[in-house]
Parts: sequence; C-alpha cells; structure tokens
Amino acid sequence: MTIVYEKSRGLTDVPFHYCPGCTHGVIHKLVAESLVELGVLGDAIGVAPVGCSVLAYNYFNCDMQEAAHGRAPAVATGIKRVHPDKVVFSYQGDGDLASIGTAEIVHAAHRGEKITTIFVNNAIYGMTGGQMAPTTLVGQKTTTSPFGRDEALSGKPIRIAEMLATIDGAKFVERVSVDTPANIRKAKKAIKRAFECQLKGEGFAIVEVLSSCPTNWGLTPPKALDWLRDNMIPYYPLGNFRDFEEGK
Amino acid sequence: MAKGKVTFNEDACKGCELCVTVCPVKIIELNKEKINGKGYSPAHVIDQEKCIACGSCAIMCPDSVIKVERL
Repeated sequence: MTIVYEKSRGLTDVPFHYCPGCTHGVIHKLVAESLVELGVLGDAIGVAPVGCSVLAYNYFNCDMQEAAHGRAPAVATGIKRVHPDKVVFSYQGDGDLASIGTAEIVHAAHRGEKITTIFVNNAIYGMTGGQMAPTTLVGQKTTTSPFGRDEALSGKPIRIAEMLATIDGAKFVERVSVDTPANIRKAKKAIKRAFECQLKGEGFAIVEVLSSCPTNWGLTPPKALDWLRDNMIPYYPLGNFRDFEEGK
Repeated sequence: MAKGKVTFNEDACKGCELCVTVCPVKIIELNKEKINGKGYSPAHVIDQEKCIACGSCAIMCPDSVIKVERL
C-alpha cells in the first residue's frame, strides 16, 4: 500500500482557524509541501502578516516571525540579510501586501531581496469583515461598497503580479489559482520554483495565488470557487510573468 | 484502474464540501447522520470500492483531513 496523499510534516498539528472552505488552508499546504520536498524545512524562516493568516506562525512547522501590517517584506529582508543561508519567505494577503504594504513589497522587489513572497489574493478584507480591498473587482459588493465597487470612485483593482514583473529585481513572478486540483498542482510547481529562485540566489520571487473567501463573499465554498473562476481569473490572468531562466 | 483507500480525520473536518465536488467518481458526501466536535457534518466515503486513488479530494481539502492510499 502506497500513500498517495497525507498531511505534510511541514505543518504543525494545530488545526487551522480558517472558515470552512477557505483556501488559505490549501495554500498553507502547498508552501509546507514545497519546503519539505526541497529539503529546506529546517532552514526555513517564515514571516506572518496581519489579516486572516495572522496566526500562520502556529501552523508552519518552521521558525516564524510575526510582522506589523504590511511590513512582512521588510522584516523578511532583515532576517535574510542576517541569515543569508536561511530560506526566508513572507506569507501575505491582499489587504496586507496590496494596500498598507505596497511600499514594502515594491521596494523589496526593487532591491532584489532574495526572499520568497506568497501573496494570497481573495479580492476582499477577510479578517475585518469583508471590506473593499484594492483587489476587489469592479461591481463586487462588499460592506464598504454595498452597491458594488464603483470604478469612477475607487478605480480598477490592482494587478500586483503584472506590476512587480516590470521591476528588474523581481526574478520570478507568477500568478496561480487554487480552484481545482489541476490548478493546485500548478500552484505548487510555481511555489517550488519561487523557492528555487531564492535557493539559487537569483533575487526576489513572488507567487500571487487567487483564493476564495466564502464567508465574506456570501457563497458556499464550492460556489465561491466557481465565482473565482468566472470573475477573478478573467481579470487576473494566470501565468508566469517572469522567470530567472530565459525562455522558461 | 488503481484502487484506493480514503480515510478522513472526521474530527478535523469542517464540512466545506470541496472534496465532494472534486471527486471524479462521486463517492464522497457529507454524513448528515453525524455532527463532529466542531459542529459540522463531516465528509465520508459512501463506496470505498469505487475509489481510484487519484488524491483529488486530499489535494483540495483545506484542512488536511484526508489521507489517500493506493492499494
């Protein structure tokens, strides 16, 4: 009998506090599995954000540090510079990375910091109760845009992957989704490659993961993934925007 | 076709149904007869014989509740 799938040892035994069907859990698994498969779990240091994944430090079976809201890339920069032989990653949501922490992520990429960032984009502020985020789609209803996001008032949602791909210091930029098992496999490949980018000392690496928020979107978990597929992927196209090896 | 065995850590299941929707042979459903310590009806397998050990349910599960073995 061979094991096809079991819980990764890159995760602790602490049960996730996330809502039922929240894909943060899936993304946590992918990060943990990637670290284990690359053989660097013992050398990994993660930086947790503020947002729904604020308690990520309880879940990853490696050293973790909590950062102030949006400052995870700055904290990760410090850790990586003091411990250049460690594998340092930040795990951030869209409220953290694309709003209050935009300056930190842009400059970390611009300096070409040798860190890996996992950016979870669910188009809403989850932890605080479903307010409009910079990534909220035009027309999407949230508690602070009850009639839907108005482009004239709030502009269009920010495409972080495309923006960071224009920066020379960013050596690996990819957008993935976790709406189907096939896409989850692709997401894991991207996350692994983002860690390889750091292991090879190439520069900054980021993977934007499209994620669902069933609770604040007001949908069941399966319907939330359908919504993601029908609405988010057309605006946030999946794919690789930059790789450290030419032609990849 | 490979045969598989799926086991659920039912106490950790939050009944989100994502495994139910991705199972290609449709052998997973929520066990409405049961409520776990978290207050959810956990997912369970209704026909183990039909499992093809693809692992889709386990890959999809956000809470790492599912273990899949190939017989």
